[in-house]
Amino acid sequence: MSSQAVPVSIDATRPRFFSARRWRRIRDIGLGYFLLAPALTILIVFEFFPIFFGAFISTCDWKPAAAIGAETLLDRWTGPCVKFVGLDNYVRAFADEKMWQSLLVTATYALISLPIQLGLALFFAYLLFQNVRGKETFRVIFFLPYITSSVASAAVWSFLYNPDKGLINNILIGLGVMDPEKVWKWLGEPTGIFALMARGMGMTLPDWLGGPSLALLAVIFYTTWVFLGYDMTLFLAGLGNIPAELYDAAKVDGASGWKLFRHITFPLLSPTTFFILIITVIGIFKAFNHIYVMTQGGPGDATTTTSIYIFQQLYQFNRYGYSAALSFILFIVILGLTIAQNRMAGSRVVYD
Amino acid sequence: MANEPQPAPTATPRLQIRIDWTRALIHAILILGALASAAPFLYMIMTSFKTYGDIINNNFWPWPPIGNESLQLQNYPDAITNVGFDKAWQVPLVVRYFANSIIATVASVLGIILTSVFAAYALARMDLPGKNFIFILILATLMIPPDLTLVPKVVMMFNFGWYNAYPALVVPFLASVFSIFLLRQFFMQIPKDLFDAAFIDGAGHLRYLFAIVLPLSKPALVTTALLNFIWAWDSFKWPLLVTRDSNMRVVAVGLQQFMASEGGTRVQLLMAFASMVVVPVLVFYFITQKYFKEGVITTGIKG
Repeated sequence: MSSQAVPVSIDATRPRFFSARRWRRIRDIGLGYFLLAPALTILIVFEFFPIFFGAFISTCDWKPAAAIGAETLLDRWTGPCVKFVGLDNYVRAFADEKMWQSLLVTATYALISLPIQLGLALFFAYLLFQNVRGKETFRVIFFLPYITSSVASAAVWSFLYNPDKGLINNILIGLGVMDPEKVWKWLGEPTGIFALMARGMGMTLPDWLGGPSLALLAVIFYTTWVFLGYDMTLFLAGLGNIPAELYDAAKVDGASGWKLFRHITFPLLSPTTFFILIITVIGIFKAFNHIYVMTQGGPGDATTTTSIYIFQQLYQFNRYGYSAALSFILFIVILGLTIAQNRMAGSRVVYD
Repeated sequence: MANEPQPAPTATPRLQIRIDWTRALIHAILILGALASAAPFLYMIMTSFKTYGDIINNNFWPWPPIGNESLQLQNYPDAITNVGFDKAWQVPLVVRYFANSIIATVASVLGIILTSVFAAYALARMDLPGKNFIFILILATLMIPPDLTLVPKVVMMFNFGWYNAYPALVVPFLASVFSIFLLRQFFMQIPKDLFDAAFIDGAGHLRYLFAIVLPLSKPALVTTALLNFIWAWDSFKWPLLVTRDSNMRVVAVGLQQFMASEGGTRVQLLMAFASMVVVPVLVFYFITQKYFKEGVITTGIKG
């Protein structure tokens, strides 16, 4: 795009029947699409196209292209679909107990994580908001776990959770909370925590009362550790947006402490809270790295979330069609949840 | 807010003391929280300097003045040589892992900045037919969970001939909706008068973008680059799926594979390896941390 000395100067390449202004407009539109093209191409090829391609794969008995020796271009894209099976993969998924189990693990993961993670983050954000000395330093340190490589920090936590050599059990033994003869296995413990407590008191609980496994709980603690500083930063920004006059007015009316929090802070913070809630749920549904590093979905399938299950079907068993079908089912679940959350929030979130 | 010391003239000394106690309690809780956030890193670094014997004997501080061990600096070169050797480049595998991670990260971050700046500018400041539709289309990709496109994308890598090669680690990530969104928000805050003035001076869109918009957007560009750097460095699932040879692995995958094969028996080497992955990023973070806060607040991104 050549720059012109005067805006009305005549461009030599301009066809005669366009006015200078009109020609400039046409050129700008062309330039605009040209600027958008690289990003759009990538998004279309690697986000939109795969949805349709994935839908196709999910209706196939799919073998990797290398295995069938595809020759032509079309062969490579359709040849691996050695048999069209219609909705068979979906039918199989709905009958697959492990899929339902994985959804249950994911839901448990989310339901326990949410209150712990958001509650702690709000608590710490509220403390930091009291203009404490060293506020920025605290914020920077709380944020550390979020920015470090999740594989590295999960590897460190696996060691922290080690039953015999790990720091966590050492501290608990040191505090006298844990019997050195009966250490907790943390990531290696598929038994539910209520069942473990009951066992400690010499009782046995029925399976359905066992509660979430200790392994899953250990994963949840790790997740809380990672996202605490992140959620806190968002809460702090939200707290800063609440007008100070409101607090002053309420103080004049005699409100203080808990009342201020309950009737001003909490309702006015609800858009922030709702936002963090949504991204936390989305984050949990795609959680993968730390679970895979710490437990690979085990012990048994105690920490096999749906995301882990889809990965296992693809990576270990090469079941392309089946894992594509599973990922569509997961997508429908996430979509449904997002819509439900929006409905529920509609009446409860206060926007000012 | 509730606990701010009030300049009340009637305040008795006893009240003063009570307020200080509240402050002290808040500080104590915050320090405990900060300790919990940092402790795993400190423990990782400490363990990376221990002998295996000290680790299995739960010797928390084997060094002077309590113990008489020396810092096991040798763990670091040991970790590097123990992971393996890359015959193709004639370097230890760890070096190759880092090279792969750096190549993939730098290439994709540069690409993201380029595609996002262009797209964001067109969306923020140009008058295009169908622009709103395009913007909605771009935002709609945020609704697509990564798991949904995983299987087809792996198949595509095979079909493009990118499996087990660098393009698979870079090309699918060359556009970032979050970055487009963040930069668009920033570009829109630049006063329109500036553009009108430039336009009257005869500048076109491209010249305006490079001469005025980009220099004004340095903070937003740095934030975008940093966040994308962190995410790209952290990527694990995708490289694990689309690379096969050990010399095509990135650090995250290499670390996980080392842990799965012998992390249980050689914890000190695993921790040395993990420290090599984490510490550079931590240093980098401390230098640039103010930009992260901006990015998180502007976009509310959860990696």
